[in-house]
Amino acid sequence: MNKSRDWGFRLGTGAFALVLVLIVCAIGIVLVRDSWLSIEKFGFTFWRTEIWDPVSGEFGALPFIWGTLYSSILALAIATPVALGIAIFISELCPAMLRQPLVFLTELLAAVPSIVYGLWGIFVMVPAVRWLETSLPDPVRQLPFFSGPPLGLGMLSAALILAIMVIPFTSSVSREVLKAVPLAQREAAYALGATRFEAIRAALHYGRTGIVGAIMLGFGRALGETMAVTMVIGNNPKISLSLFAPQYTMAAVIANEFTEAADALYLGALIEIGLVLFVITLIVNSLSRLLIWSMAPRAGATFEPPAASAEAAA
Amino acid sequence: MKNRILAATLACAATAAVSAQTLQINGAGATFPAPIYTKWFSEYNKLHGNVQINYQPIGSGGGIRQITSQTVFFGASDGPMTNDQLTAAPGRILHFPTVLGAVVPVYNIPNMKAELKFSGPVLADIYMGKITRWNDPAIAKLNAGVALPASDITVVHRADGSGTTYIWVDYLSKTSDEFKKRVGVNTSVNWPAGVGGRGNEGVAALVTQTPGSLGYVELIYALQNKIAFGSVQNMAGEQVRASVESVTVAAAAAATLMPADFRVSITNAPGKGVYPISSFTWLLLYENPKDKTQSKAMVDLVKWALTDGQKYCADLGYAPLPAAVVKLEMDALAKVKTS
Amino acid sequence: MNALARRRLLSSLFVGFCAFTVLLALVPLAFILFFVITKGIGSISLGFFTHMPLPVGEPGGGMANAIVGSLMLTGLAAVMAVPIGVVAGVYMSEYAGSRFASLVRFAADTLNGVPSIVIGVFAYAVAVLPFKQFSALAGGFALGTMMIPIIARTTEELLLLVPGSVREGALALGATRARAVFSVVLPAALPGIVTGVVLALARVAGETAPLLFTAFNNRFFTTKLTQPISSLTVQVFTYAISPYEDWHHQAWAGALVLVTMVLGCSLLARLATRRLERMHGR
Repeated sequence: MNKSRDWGFRLGTGAFALVLVLIVCAIGIVLVRDSWLSIEKFGFTFWRTEIWDPVSGEFGALPFIWGTLYSSILALAIATPVALGIAIFISELCPAMLRQPLVFLTELLAAVPSIVYGLWGIFVMVPAVRWLETSLPDPVRQLPFFSGPPLGLGMLSAALILAIMVIPFTSSVSREVLKAVPLAQREAAYALGATRFEAIRAALHYGRTGIVGAIMLGFGRALGETMAVTMVIGNNPKISLSLFAPQYTMAAVIANEFTEAADALYLGALIEIGLVLFVITLIVNSLSRLLIWSMAPRAGATFEPPAASAEAAA
Repeated sequence: MKNRILAATLACAATAAVSAQTLQINGAGATFPAPIYTKWFSEYNKLHGNVQINYQPIGSGGGIRQITSQTVFFGASDGPMTNDQLTAAPGRILHFPTVLGAVVPVYNIPNMKAELKFSGPVLADIYMGKITRWNDPAIAKLNAGVALPASDITVVHRADGSGTTYIWVDYLSKTSDEFKKRVGVNTSVNWPAGVGGRGNEGVAALVTQTPGSLGYVELIYALQNKIAFGSVQNMAGEQVRASVESVTVAAAAAATLMPADFRVSITNAPGKGVYPISSFTWLLLYENPKDKTQSKAMVDLVKWALTDGQKYCADLGYAPLPAAVVKLEMDALAKVKTS
Repeated sequence: MNALARRRLLSSLFVGFCAFTVLLALVPLAFILFFVITKGIGSISLGFFTHMPLPVGEPGGGMANAIVGSLMLTGLAAVMAVPIGVVAGVYMSEYAGSRFASLVRFAADTLNGVPSIVIGVFAYAVAVLPFKQFSALAGGFALGTMMIPIIARTTEELLLLVPGSVREGALALGATRARAVFSVVLPAALPGIVTGVVLALARVAGETAPLLFTAFNNRFFTTKLTQPISSLTVQVFTYAISPYEDWHHQAWAGALVLVTMVLGCSLLARLATRRLERMHGR
């Protein structure tokens, strides 16, 4: 066995992987270092304070945490079924002729720059949402989810725009995952008399970790999206359950106030919001890791010939 | 890392060798004066082909930060630097006013033909959420004979930090003690009411899209986007509509009280014909910068901008500086070390 | 209804649902494209691609420097991100069970969630402040950092889906692990990896925030890596937030060019992979 060569391989590829980890650590360190003033002053109350007042120097991240999580989770809830539906349609159901054009079209969605989404949002989507909001019947408007003046700007517009931006990511990766599922899996299902739905379900099950990975990719996109969200969400740091209410996300407040913040504590507080987002991403990732681990074994590792175990021991 | 330092050093050496041919000076700061600055730098480049001044509008606070970190040669800001910010800089920074701007209250009331009249206290109350309807008695009192609708006012402010906000809240704080206490003055404040638009453009878009809304934007945005804007009551009790003339009058009134370092707010200036929500915008230069070649070029540029350059202002919607202020500045420019 | 009919119905509903989702996604796409094209096409001319930006009121300005700048910045980002991302993905798939691989995966997903503006702040602190200089290199670094996790995770997931038999076949023939992976397994997953690279490129090509604090922007033409450089996104952003109609038209033209460039790259990438696939006899 070429053991030394394989050690070299492991070290070589491992070094590149290490670069990734180091970059993430470096980001964490820079965030902590540059927000130290704010961390010292506010400590953990920063996470639960609702006030954001640059004039009096009182800062708290709670409204932004709420806004980010609400918009991202809602966006994911809308985008995931659509993205998966598209991925399934393209890889399993559509006539071969339509395949390339549809792939092209979904990638077109990813190619649109976020500022263009933002501008389209203000000029097209927000008025449409405003129309939707004003046409809801009064009894529905009494519910906490739909209360408040119909501005058009707010959580619903933000979630919709985010969903549209997330769809191409989740759908493209899911599509590749489904394509890579061996034909044998589906054929086995059909041989057992499955309907199309059941055969596709079998393929989805096979590629489930890949699909969760695709969803996570989309979630990451939603959490970090800045420009498009800030243009349609209303930028109001108040916590509200209503889809109509203007709210604020962490990425948006940093983008809006960073270039203008000239006082050290203010800057520190903004960077601390970046740190809070970083930590929340870490938490969300850990939860999804647990989810995937509970779905183990890994797809692709289903057949282990004896030679492989000797390899693995090397 | 090492390779990058090496590359940077080599590039600097190469640039130094070439600099006799092209001098590139980088600056950053306020978005408000960006159009007139780009016009000036382009015209100056036509006169002095080897001087390329690259100015980027990243915001007043950004300008102050970048010049303090010395990543750019000059800065630009709609609000003067505070004493703390000046002390934090590695060297002494001087302020030079370049042009004047005005912030106007824009509104969108369908079928409203009359031009609405506002005052500082009324605007302050609207922005604090105390006045919520268009037909509120306080607004009606200023606008006798105008049929105001009974609808809600949708208040629009800036979401991003900005010199425009600074000028607006500075004015409101001067005319309303409660506003000063409750909200205060900064490029970004804790707004008691309303929604935030991103940039002057964002506020303009929101106001044009939302019936019953009220917002504030730089004069040029209201003019270019043809949005209705109201007149504001000045200290002399007159209702004045913002224009190039009424803004210059405001500056002339302030020229007599100009401090030596030019850091003055001219909102709510006394006098007749004054538009009360006006402001200077400043260029920031180090008194003793390291690169004397760039310094010489910049000082020459500022001198040109304060004299020949002022003729480009009116077309772009900026108010030129009054002669008294220009004279004071020319004297002050001598302080900047060019050798 | 008997069980079989029920299953068939469910299947038809499902197929219908999938078709519906495609239409659902195509609707906003059509709107957005219509929006961008109608607003931008009027201002596209040869001058747009060859002229430098001009001040307001002077007709005939263009975005030649911004186009070149964007190409350079994404090129720099790709040079940095593709090797790191792909090889990291290889490591994660080859040693999938190890603790370090889990750590790397975790780091990649975290990095993916960091907002672009925070990456900009980070790149500013690391690549601009120590040198007191905005530069194209710093911009490329910021964009590259954003691309790495997308490429790494996609590479990993797709390599894992290559059937074990392919890899074992190569090993059985006496190949080293490196050979097996790079010559056999990676090419098998190549189309998917290309998708990942293209997605990452599309993601960063449209970014403004990280470039604001790193590459800065430049009204003049330059190809120097250590000077500020212009980019389509920042230029479009600057023009879009200005009050002038003329600059707005240019901003839309710029947005249209940007979208076309990204699509062009993705089409080229697809064509290239299809040829590779044919060469490998798929």
